[in-house]
Amino acid sequence: MSEKEKEEKKGTNISRRSFLKGVGTGTVAATVAPATILVGDPETAEAQTDEAISKSEIQLNINDQVVQIEVEARTTLLSVLRDGIDTQGNYVDLTGAKLICDKGECGGCTVLVDGKPVYACMMLAMDAQGKQITTVEGIANGDELHPVQDAFIQHDALMCGFCTPGFIVSSVALLNENKKPTLTEIKEGLSGNTCRCGTYPFIFDAVETASQKM
Amino acid sequence: MASWGEASQSRLIGKRIARLSGKDKVTGKAKYTYDINRPGMLYARILRSDVAHAAVMDIDLSQAEALPGVKAVIPLTEAGRNLRYQGQEIAAVAAETDDIAKDALRLIFVELEELPFVVTEADAMAENAPQIRDWEGNQSKPGINEQGNVQAAFEEAAVTVEATYHTPVQTHVCLETHGHVTEWTDDQNLTVWASTQAVFGVRNDFARRFEIPANQVRVITEHMGGGFGSKFGPGVEGHTAAQLSRITGLPVKLMLTRRAEHLVAGNRPSMTQHVKAGASSDGRLVAYDMRGYGTGGISSGAGFQAPYVYHVENRKTERFNVATNAGNQRAMRAPGHPQGAFAMDSLMDELAEKLGMNPLEFRRINDSSEVRQAQYTLGAQEIGWHRRNTVPGSGTGVKKRGMGVGSGQWGGGGGRGTQARVTINADGTVEAVTGTQDIGTGIRTAIAIIVAEEFGLAPTDISVKVGDSGPGLPSGGSGGSQTTASVAPVIKTAAMAAKQKLFEHVAPLLKAPVDDLRVGTGTIYVASDRTNTVTWNQAAGLLGQESISEGGNWDQELRQGGVAGTQFAEVEVDTQTGNVQVLKIVAVQDCGLAINRLTTESQINGGVVMGLGQTLLEERIMDPQTGRMLNANLEDYKVPGTYEIPEIKSIVFDTHRKVTGVGEPPCIPTLGAIANAVYNAIGVRIRELPITPDKVLTALAEKKA
Repeated sequence: MSEKEKEEKKGTNISRRSFLKGVGTGTVAATVAPATILVGDPETAEAQTDEAISKSEIQLNINDQVVQIEVEARTTLLSVLRDGIDTQGNYVDLTGAKLICDKGECGGCTVLVDGKPVYACMMLAMDAQGKQITTVEGIANGDELHPVQDAFIQHDALMCGFCTPGFIVSSVALLNENKKPTLTEIKEGLSGNTCRCGTYPFIFDAVETASQKM
Repeated sequence: MASWGEASQSRLIGKRIARLSGKDKVTGKAKYTYDINRPGMLYARILRSDVAHAAVMDIDLSQAEALPGVKAVIPLTEAGRNLRYQGQEIAAVAAETDDIAKDALRLIFVELEELPFVVTEADAMAENAPQIRDWEGNQSKPGINEQGNVQAAFEEAAVTVEATYHTPVQTHVCLETHGHVTEWTDDQNLTVWASTQAVFGVRNDFARRFEIPANQVRVITEHMGGGFGSKFGPGVEGHTAAQLSRITGLPVKLMLTRRAEHLVAGNRPSMTQHVKAGASSDGRLVAYDMRGYGTGGISSGAGFQAPYVYHVENRKTERFNVATNAGNQRAMRAPGHPQGAFAMDSLMDELAEKLGMNPLEFRRINDSSEVRQAQYTLGAQEIGWHRRNTVPGSGTGVKKRGMGVGSGQWGGGGGRGTQARVTINADGTVEAVTGTQDIGTGIRTAIAIIVAEEFGLAPTDISVKVGDSGPGLPSGGSGGSQTTASVAPVIKTAAMAAKQKLFEHVAPLLKAPVDDLRVGTGTIYVASDRTNTVTWNQAAGLLGQESISEGGNWDQELRQGGVAGTQFAEVEVDTQTGNVQVLKIVAVQDCGLAINRLTTESQINGGVVMGLGQTLLEERIMDPQTGRMLNANLEDYKVPGTYEIPEIKSIVFDTHRKVTGVGEPPCIPTLGAIANAVYNAIGVRIRELPITPDKVLTALAEKKA
């Protein structure tokens, strides 16, 4: 594509969404002349070339350790935990919290922020400054597992285990609030977490067992 | 001849044993592919078509390439080619951070010319529909099968039922999306961390794709976050990661987005059955005539089982695939079975009602499986079958309860192709290595149990290494519920051989013949003089510099194919909101010898939950106007959550002492059991899944009218 054509393309500035809104397609529209679809976002192009994205250095308190890291305004807490590289050049590498749905639907990234369960994919890193963040890696007391962790192992409350860190953190948060939850309360407390292997029945059993030991 | 011995003699096999990976999984230490961080690693993303069908006119990567932090951009299609479904790959980017990769995707400029499309079966089969692949009318040539004399049998039938049953496309929803981390150590050696259920299959695929020897590709899958049949090969995303890695000389992580996972990473095809069946007055199923189809998207493979489980002497079936502009189907947990079971179990109940028979009795007459006959009795007791409505819908009040039953069958039984090594070291440590992968079913723990049983040790004493092609001990993919039955015999015979070797070292010390030696708990003793004994560590200490390391073989006597299952459901239907709440499922599942009863129960629970999702919640919704999937996320695509979970009574139904497998079968009978329970509760039959509140309310309104 020549520079001139590119300029022309930018000039049309038709987003895919607005373009398609106007074009009824499918079998009904089979007789309509073929529509041209332009993919790509000229606005992003301009934004990217206009100025570099600014970064700030922040401090986060994660599992009682201070993490010094440069972030963009859009960087999520989850991104810091999983992909972040601190100012020393080391991966933060707290990969227990998982990105599964990327929009606060599944609970796979649940962490405690000042003791409350929070979806780390929905919290900006900058907003986590000055707060106590506990990830699944910080739930055990050294080598001594938390009763919830013990109970999950004992009851086989995990299969592939990918959702497990989120369930562990949510379960701990639930039992911190409610020492002896009923089955209904357990379901309510864990309703923000999704498991695809279908481990739920044993998760309920595990939380009940843990509640008796706490 | 090898055998698993009597249950009474087993110290570990068949007991409920916590899985070895438990501690790593509850502490967040378990590393999945998605968690691998390598020095200098790049993040890759794929630009995908957002339309159902289009011709590529032009691709311009130059602006993306120019973005600071972008290390490579490659096209995955080219001008002149067609994109045939939403989500199909256009180009890929590798960048220093995931955010930069995201930005770069928006800087790829593509010109497409939209082509006519069809995304629903009805549109695909409509007159004058655009033909989207090499099938006339978008329909594959039908497969026709006829046995007996169907027409004559219908004349004999006392009652007939004619109905149409439909199940929509379901997606796998692996929580860890498909993806890889790829790293070339030089241009001939590739290491891949893969979220896969086939470590060796993926290794061989990469070797072919990049034309390097298979033993120069190392695939690692220490843990993986769900596959359910969709993760057997690297796919476009795997090859793309390795390609980007090769170009940049850096490790690359490429995991699919949640949206892409729904669109391109496989799905369970839909099913529509038009079926007519007849039964004799004494309750025999005598005639069956079915014409049906399904869509597997742009690919074929939309098969299903019909008739299912119950025997019909005279039957005719005709089935075909319908092509739509949507992502390819892939194997999904018991391919073809759950949808077939839903239709068949619904049909059975409809026939039984016309005959005025108890649906359980009608099944007993037509089911030749002795195992299921026994399961019917046990399951009926457990659920309290006598409490069901003898007249469907006769309960009073707003919330009405009902009960139903469904059945299933599966093969399993394993196969050849696994190599394993069991090693005893002089310090007493034991290692078991094989190239299988633990996809969440607990094979790692099952291996430890088998070796520990053979050696008189604890499962935690055994170091099990799976999920790595490095040691060069291949095993098959985890599909068809075959893993345990393929691996267990090889591990067992390897452990037996290693034990024999150890006995040969110990015999002179104990001054006893080898065949008089036995293992105790952490000891080896002489059977004829039980006081004559050494500890396991003393025995191993005799090995000095030479560890014992033995392979095994796939012993036919240790495994067997074929399992039967049945499930009973009790539901409560709110006739004002249309909501169906499953109260209880009793799942009676045969799986041959359960190596670990605890993880077997987990598998049964998991199957039931997935079956429940398919019955009440799950559906890929395609928009015929825009050609897009409307619910490619986890908010609008509903999978079961805590509130949907009933009391599940999982019963491991012991039938014999040979390993078979249980991963898939428990998700099958759930559909019919729940659907029939809904009918029993409200007296209106819903023949189209999922049974959502709108369908319940519509059905109730039609009944009233």
